Amino acid sequence: MNVVALLVIFAFLVFAIYLGIRARSGRDMDLEQWTTGGRGFGTLFVFLLMAGEIYTTFTFLGGSGWAYGNGGAALYILPYGTLAYVLSYWMLPAVWKYAKEHRCHSQSDFFVKKYNSPYLGVLTSLVAVIAMVPYLALQLKGLGIIVSTTSYGLIPSTMAMVIGLVAVTVYVIISGIHGSAWTAVVKDIMVLAVAVFLGLYLPFALYGGFQPMFEEITQEKGAEFLIFGGDYPIAWFISSVLLSALGFYMWPHTFGASFTAQSTSVFRRNAIIMPLYQLILLFVFFIGFAAVLAVPNLGEEEVDLALLTVVRETFSPWFVGLIGAAGLLTALVPGSLLLMVSATILVKNVYGVFRPSTTEAQIVRYAKYLVPVVGLAALFFTLAGGQSIVILLLLGYSLVTQLFPAMLISLLPNAMNANKYGATAGILVGVATVAYLTITENNLGTLFPWLPQGIHAIHVGIVGLILNLIVLLIVSLATRGLVERERVTTAEERVRTRATT
Amino acid sequence: MKTIYLLGVLPFLGFFVGIFFANRVEPYVLGLPFIMFWIAMWVVLTSVIMGIIYKLDPISREGDVE
Repeated sequence: MNVVALLVIFAFLVFAIYLGIRARSGRDMDLEQWTTGGRGFGTLFVFLLMAGEIYTTFTFLGGSGWAYGNGGAALYILPYGTLAYVLSYWMLPAVWKYAKEHRCHSQSDFFVKKYNSPYLGVLTSLVAVIAMVPYLALQLKGLGIIVSTTSYGLIPSTMAMVIGLVAVTVYVIISGIHGSAWTAVVKDIMVLAVAVFLGLYLPFALYGGFQPMFEEITQEKGAEFLIFGGDYPIAWFISSVLLSALGFYMWPHTFGASFTAQSTSVFRRNAIIMPLYQLILLFVFFIGFAAVLAVPNLGEEEVDLALLTVVRETFSPWFVGLIGAAGLLTALVPGSLLLMVSATILVKNVYGVFRPSTTEAQIVRYAKYLVPVVGLAALFFTLAGGQSIVILLLLGYSLVTQLFPAMLISLLPNAMNANKYGATAGILVGVATVAYLTITENNLGTLFPWLPQGIHAIHVGIVGLILNLIVLLIVSLATRGLVERERVTTAEERVRTRATT
Repeated sequence: MKTIYLLGVLPFLGFFVGIFFANRVEPYVLGLPFIMFWIAMWVVLTSVIMGIIYKLDPISREGDVE
C-alpha cells in the first residue's frame, strides 16, 4: 500500500527520461545543439523553458512551506518575478541581439566579449557556479523531501537525495536542453493542475472558504502572521524583491535560455503573459496557509514538508504519488538545466581560457564528465546545512545578483565609462560583502545599530550590490588611462605585425 | 527613450510604495487579506501595463529587427 505513491512517481521519472531520449534522436549533438537547442525555439517553447526554471521546487515546496512557517512574508515571491519581467522587456532583446551577433553560448561569453577580457569571463563563471550550488542544493533537498515523504518514511531523505541526483545526472547527460523543454511541457501542465486544485480544494474542504481560513489563522496566530513585520519587515520585503528581480535573469540558465529565442519580439510578448503566470503562486500560498492549522506540528526545519504532509493527511496514496510526481518534475527540469549550464561554463569559460586549444567536441565531453561532480558538490551542501528552501535561494540570489551592475552598464549606450577593472573589482567586493555578512550572520542592524530601525533588515545582497556599483564606477574612472594605454599598445602591435608580414 | 516606457515605473511604485499603505489584513477583498489582494492586483495590473507598452511601442509594429 505504501509503495503505490512511489510507483506513480517512478513511472513519471521513466517517462521524463524517455522524453529526453526521444528528443535527442535524429539530431547531432554539437555544442550549440546541446546547450541552446540550436536557437530555434519559438514563443511557446521559450515561455515554457523559462517558466520551467521559474516554477521549481522553490515555488512548489518552498513557497508553500514559507507561507506555512512565516505567513505573509511568503508574498515577496509574487512581485519579484513580475518586476523581473518588466525589466526583461528592455533588457533581454538587447542581450539577445548582442549574443547572436557575437555567437555567445553562455553568460560568460557575453561578459568576455562585452568587456574584452577573458578573465572577467572566468570570474563571472565562478561566481555564477558558486551561486548555483545553493540553488541546486534546494532542488535536491526538494527531491529528497518528495521521495521520503511519499514513500511514507520507507526511503530516508538522504538516500532519496542521492537517488534524485543520479536521476538528474542521467537525464542531463542523455538529453541536454531538448529534454528539458519537453519535460517542461509535461511539468507545467501538472504543476498548474495540482497547484490550482489543491489551492482551491484544501481551503474549502478544511475551512469552508478563503476568508474563513484566513480569519481562523488570524484568531490562532494573530493578524501579524499574515502581513510583513517582525523578522521580515517592509525593508526586508523591498530589498528581497529588488534583489531577486535584478538577479532573476543573471542566473546563467535564465540568461542562457534567452539565447534560445527565435527573435526579440518573443521577449516583449512574454513580458505581458508571464506576470499572469505568476498568479499560480497564490494557489501555492493557499496550500501553505491551509496547512497552518491542519498540520500544525512541523518544526522550524521542516516547513518545506508542509505541502506534502497536508496532502498525505488528506488524500489516498495514488494521488499523493501524482502530486509527488509533479514535485519530482519541478526539481528535475531546473536541476538538469542548472547542472548542464554550470558544467558547460566550467569547461568552456574557465578551463577553456587556460587551454584555448580545447575543441567544441571536447567541451561537450568534459562537460558531461563534470555534471556528476557539480551534482556531488550540491549534495554535500544540502547535507551540510539545514536551511529552508527560501533561505537557500535568497543566498544564491545575493551572489548571482552581483553580476547585474556590470551587465546593465555594458548595455547602456555610453558603456565605455565602465571597464573590465571596474567590473572585476565591483563583483569581487559585492561577493566578498555577501560572503562575509552571511558567514558572520550580520546585517546592517548588527553592524551599525545607530542606523534607523526601518532599514536594519535590508537584505545583505542589496548591501553588497550597492558597494559593488560604487566600486565599479570609481575603479573604472581611476583606470581609464590604463585602458586607454592598452588600447594604443594593441593598435601599435597590430600595425607592427602588419608591417612585418 | 520613449515617453511610453515611463509606464514601466508604475509596477515598481505599486509594490514598493504601495506596501506602506497596504500592509494590513482588513479589509478582506475577494476573501483575501488586503495585502495579498494588493500584491495580486498589481501583478495583474503589471500585465495590463506591459500590454499597453507593447501596443504603443513602435518596435513591435516594425516587426523584428535582427
